[in-house]
Amino acid sequence: MKKVLTTPISDEAIKSLKVGDIVYLSGTLVTCRDEGHRRVVAEGIMPKLPLDRIAIFHAGPIVKDVENGWEMVSIGPTTSMRMERYEKEFLAKTGVKLVIGKGGMGAKTAEGCKESTAVHAVFPGGCGVVAAEEVEKIEGKEWPEFGMPEAFWIMKVKEFGPLIISIDTEGNNLFENNKIGFHQKKEVAFKETAKEIVSMIAKS
Amino acid sequence: MATFGQTTKMVDVIGKFVDVVSKKLPDDVMAKLEELRVQEEAPLAKVIYDVMFDNIDKALTLNRPTCQDTGVIQFFVRSGAKFPLLGQLRGILREATIAATKSAPLRLNAVEVFDEVNTGTNVGTEVPFIEWEIVDDSSNVEIEVYQAGGGCSLPGRSIVLPPLAGYEGAMKFVFDTIVDWGINACPPLVVGVGIGTCSNSAALLSKKAMLRPIGTSHPHPKAAAMEKKIEEGLNAIGLGPQGISGKNSVMAVHVEGMAHHPSVLGVGITVGCWANRHGVIRFDENLNYEIISHKGVNL
Repeated sequence: MKKVLTTPISDEAIKSLKVGDIVYLSGTLVTCRDEGHRRVVAEGIMPKLPLDRIAIFHAGPIVKDVENGWEMVSIGPTTSMRMERYEKEFLAKTGVKLVIGKGGMGAKTAEGCKESTAVHAVFPGGCGVVAAEEVEKIEGKEWPEFGMPEAFWIMKVKEFGPLIISIDTEGNNLFENNKIGFHQKKEVAFKETAKEIVSMIAKS
Repeated sequence: MATFGQTTKMVDVIGKFVDVVSKKLPDDVMAKLEELRVQEEAPLAKVIYDVMFDNIDKALTLNRPTCQDTGVIQFFVRSGAKFPLLGQLRGILREATIAATKSAPLRLNAVEVFDEVNTGTNVGTEVPFIEWEIVDDSSNVEIEVYQAGGGCSLPGRSIVLPPLAGYEGAMKFVFDTIVDWGINACPPLVVGVGIGTCSNSAALLSKKAMLRPIGTSHPHPKAAAMEKKIEEGLNAIGLGPQGISGKNSVMAVHVEGMAHHPSVLGVGITVGCWANRHGVIRFDENLNYEIISHKGVNL
């Protein structure tokens, strides 16, 4: 059974999610990446569309102009960590409940998720066609002056996913936990590899 | 003497090839991804592989770029000195980039330097990026196109180490870079390592190493062994697809090198994402062409 979140997303639905859960989204999803975050948080300018209880996607799509609108060609996630500086304040200011992107986010965003009852989830990177097929319609575009990748695209999506919860409302952080393990394994792997290579090079 | 008809033909062929490369992964990448998918056991990692393969299929059937980040278009030209259109090739590659940008369509990724404004055409100052190599005296040319997204360009770096840091220092640089930066570069990665004599020679060799077909080894037995050992070491860390953790970290590790100054060891790293969009096409002097990287593709 697919677990589907529908916008407007309730706090109860968000609180029930734990890291590693797989969910899908139906409803309103808007793209918002570097420039959008800077505009909302640093410049204090809000888009016309109310963001309360909807979802944002860290993504810069390929969009084709068609008669009376646009067609979504390809839309995969971009690196969420780039938005780490602003995400906590962004959540507090906008009421966004679900942040979708690539890779994890840091401790500051985890704090923001706890305080604003929101979660971060990842969509598999490089899978822009699968994501585009789950976009039913592009309903609008704000901030076109940012260019195609950075503009604020307003989409209606249906069962958009799979979304893997990476930060939940209890402060759990899947990628930050993974990183601790990766760094421990790296120390062992590096020493072993370097030792073997140095001794191999020394033999002539 | 090149004619207008020849120039137009080459723009057309390369434009169509750049379009195809954005939509269909090359044979070497497909074979390796299938191998890694079968090996994977972690549940979340398996879900990600399923979506990756679904995406590969959908990109082909819907005729769309496999990843929305179609990169800054880069060409690696390996030419004979007598290829008749050598003098026109820069203009041809620029026109082909513009054509593919419209036909695919590709994302508009050329932001003009200093003014920091998107050019809206995917070309700009020194873009498409072209690396030129005169390889022999023949009249043939081999052109490799590479479409690197921002995510997998970000880990790229080079360093010049003092001799006492040696190969141990080089390995530390590789392992630190991949673990610190590789997660967001869309693993499983292709890792290119260049051993050079300065920062740019090391960086260029790392790019060449990354572009070498997966499944090939360096001809020098020590370099081949080095590739294998680094690959095993990085896989033991288990980044998994998208850094979600899993069986492997990389599709391949390739090393290229050159003689270097006794006082320095340059080390470069270039990383390619799982959607490794590179393609090789060869032309003879009459512009008959052969696609090397994607068997069975007709333009």
